Amino acid sequence: MGSAVMQDQDICAELQEQVRAAADSGTALCIRGGGSKDFYGREPQGEKLELGAHRGIVNYEPTELVVTARSGTPLKEIEQTLAEHKQMLAFEPPYFGEQATIGGTVACNLSGPRRAYAGAARDSLLGTKLLNGRGEVLSFGGEVMKNVAGYDVSRLMAGAMGTLGVLLEVSLKVLPRPEQELTLVQEVLSPSLALDEFIAWARLPVPISATCYHDGQLFIRLCGTPSAIKVASDNIGGEAFTGETSDTLWQDLKNHQHAFFESERLLWRLSVASDAPPIRLDGDWLYEWGGAQRWLLSEVPMEDIREAARAAGGHATLYRRGPRDEVFKPLSPGMMQIHRRLKQAFDPNGIVNPGRMYREL
Amino acid sequence: MHHSAHHPATGEPLPPVDKAELIAALRAIVPDDALLFEDEDLRPYECDGLSAYRRLPLVVTLPDNIQQVQAILRLCNELNVPVVARGAGTGLSGGALPFENGLLLSLAKFQTIIDINTRRRTARVQPGVRNLAISQAVDQYGLYYAPDPSSQIACTIGGNVAENSGGVHCLKYGLTVHNIQSIKIVTIDGELLEIGCEGLDAPGYDLLALMTGSEGMLGVIVEVTVKLLPKPDRAQVILAAFDDIVKAGAAVGDIISAGIIPAGLEMMDRLAIQAAEDFVHAGYPRDAEAILLCELDGTNEEVSAHIYQVRDILRKSGATEVRTAKDDLERMTFWKGRKAAFPAVGRISPDYYCMDGTIPRKRLPEVLKAMSELSREYDLAVANVFHAGDGNLHPLILYDANKPGELERTEEFGGRILELCVEVGGTITGEHGVGMEKIDQMCVQFNSLELSQFHAVKDAFDPKGLLNPGKAVPTLHRCAELGAMHVHHGELPFPELDRF
Repeated sequence: MGSAVMQDQDICAELQEQVRAAADSGTALCIRGGGSKDFYGREPQGEKLELGAHRGIVNYEPTELVVTARSGTPLKEIEQTLAEHKQMLAFEPPYFGEQATIGGTVACNLSGPRRAYAGAARDSLLGTKLLNGRGEVLSFGGEVMKNVAGYDVSRLMAGAMGTLGVLLEVSLKVLPRPEQELTLVQEVLSPSLALDEFIAWARLPVPISATCYHDGQLFIRLCGTPSAIKVASDNIGGEAFTGETSDTLWQDLKNHQHAFFESERLLWRLSVASDAPPIRLDGDWLYEWGGAQRWLLSEVPMEDIREAARAAGGHATLYRRGPRDEVFKPLSPGMMQIHRRLKQAFDPNGIVNPGRMYREL
Repeated sequence: MHHSAHHPATGEPLPPVDKAELIAALRAIVPDDALLFEDEDLRPYECDGLSAYRRLPLVVTLPDNIQQVQAILRLCNELNVPVVARGAGTGLSGGALPFENGLLLSLAKFQTIIDINTRRRTARVQPGVRNLAISQAVDQYGLYYAPDPSSQIACTIGGNVAENSGGVHCLKYGLTVHNIQSIKIVTIDGELLEIGCEGLDAPGYDLLALMTGSEGMLGVIVEVTVKLLPKPDRAQVILAAFDDIVKAGAAVGDIISAGIIPAGLEMMDRLAIQAAEDFVHAGYPRDAEAILLCELDGTNEEVSAHIYQVRDILRKSGATEVRTAKDDLERMTFWKGRKAAFPAVGRISPDYYCMDGTIPRKRLPEVLKAMSELSREYDLAVANVFHAGDGNLHPLILYDANKPGELERTEEFGGRILELCVEVGGTITGEHGVGMEKIDQMCVQFNSLELSQFHAVKDAFDPKGLLNPGKAVPTLHRCAELGAMHVHHGELPFPELDRF
């Protein structure tokens, strides 16, 4: 494609035709934006429904703190546009590839280092326009912060991995970029000491926007006014983490380009209670989100990892490099029944991203 | 108004309920003192905070444990009895309005704070725990629960989840959906489900978001784990007066453009200012057309820096007066006027009707203009109280219920205001919910395909349509009947349905 700039366009009508035709013929569709997350979840299957051409920012009102974009809009374009107005997506989404789109980001509910302090993609989501599995164009939520009319179908779409419908447009709350950010680094001997420290700081009103612990080093990012950062950094202590790496540390972490992620081993994501003690499983660990998100490189059997995550109050996802038949924690029979009924409610013919999340959906 | 319960999607009446049979079966589940069925005992449950709608339920039960709730719902499912769950009954949209042939399930006895976890900053509580009681219980640890609906002294957390309640600090701290970690619900078939987990996310669909604000239509909330926040170092309030409400609206945008997200940003118009001032003497400038209250919170240093900036912005935006509260006492006084605004209006008018719509903030001037035109058309005064930061309007329509026809005129006026909100890209409810009150305006905000999708979601949880039937989502037929009144985007709504 070279440097050619793709035109903003609305191909909603074509997409609707494709979904309707697929619904009629019972053809499975594989929803695809930039393809940067093909690796994630269960194996993509079905005829490709390309969203990449359905792109463009539809509405951006800096003073209203909201941006609405077509789902195929590159994440990069949105973040650059926001940056021009000193604003940002608060959930600091990972890219996993230059071509990542906003639709894929929301569909996977992917959030980066700021998540524990400013919420996930679903928290920023205000509204969606979508195609359900019948090919009907529906709008839910909107562009305002407070809206409780009808069920929160928009947020239900976040993280549903396209199994309930095709996102056409998303409206997201945006926030001002912090005036300043500073990353501190401390040498901390053990993960349990690091967790204690995360917990202690989280209980106090200090302006933390990211945390990480790996291999004896603890990183804390502060954000806010220079005066507030100064006081907080004096209290927390540690060296200011400067140089070229300070700019890229959090970027590399969220995009899995940090040295930790260079491995042949299976990559697991454990989402657990932030204060759960370090989990005794063989492998290399990296802690984020104040202890609530833990990455594990390991060859330990799946059952052991799932059980350890459960015991720590959460769940485990086989993120990369493993067999893809059981990526997410299996649901209880009662929960699966509700999930199947919801799938039926949105996609009675089972054509949108079937099996991408769970075999049954 | 429909008096018996109808299936939410089809509008077919639900089968009649045998009261004696129901009572006999309930006696096997709850003790006698947890079962009410005489008219005088049912009376306190006939309405919620929207007292214009009243109905007596067939029976009221007050279970005190989850097993009882499961058994009651199983029974109702078996006997096809409609169920309305109720917390403190402070809701403003009639969401807890009972059904004449239905059961009212009060969660009032679920009042225990089960666990406070200071390391995780969470509190696990029963649904009948009051919103404010949570913050009070965790205050000793320097923590609080952020959403603060104005009824927080009385409203329960279960009701807050069912309504996705907001408050004055939503712009910065979010709604209920942003501040809960997990819930337990009982489905209509009596199954107990845990939604969410102890981490920041859970596998599968975001049922936590779906349940939040679902107005008792999908399940009964029996436990809630809320997230707690550290109390800010410092909070400070600035009061700014304006000689033109449009300037006040523009000032809000100017503050946000400067990269500042205030903890609270409230606006009041002239009538609301005067009523509040007469009532609580908050020191508001009585001659102002509008005032803004801007609360800044955070670390001491940050608040100091932002106060300086905000004062400057407000002056440049044309404020005629800018005052910063000298101390906590004055800060409370500034807020007192705002918090007393509703009862204050109640003093100057026999009755008032509180509306709740949200608009994109930039549309404020035209909405205010249209509202004052409607005010003249209906010959009813309106006072405006406005969560300005997030565009949530609370117009208070002043009326006298004793004057024949005035309530009906008020309701129609209110409906027009909500439709105006939709027209400018907003919504018919920012935080009070649809309930019974705004059921007709749902036909304006959503088309028949969207409403059908809502019904399909409901059906996934409650195929018989027994949970809070007839609330929150209108039947397509109801909308078609109203259709003649509403032409949306120049198209006749619900073209596929017959007209009657």
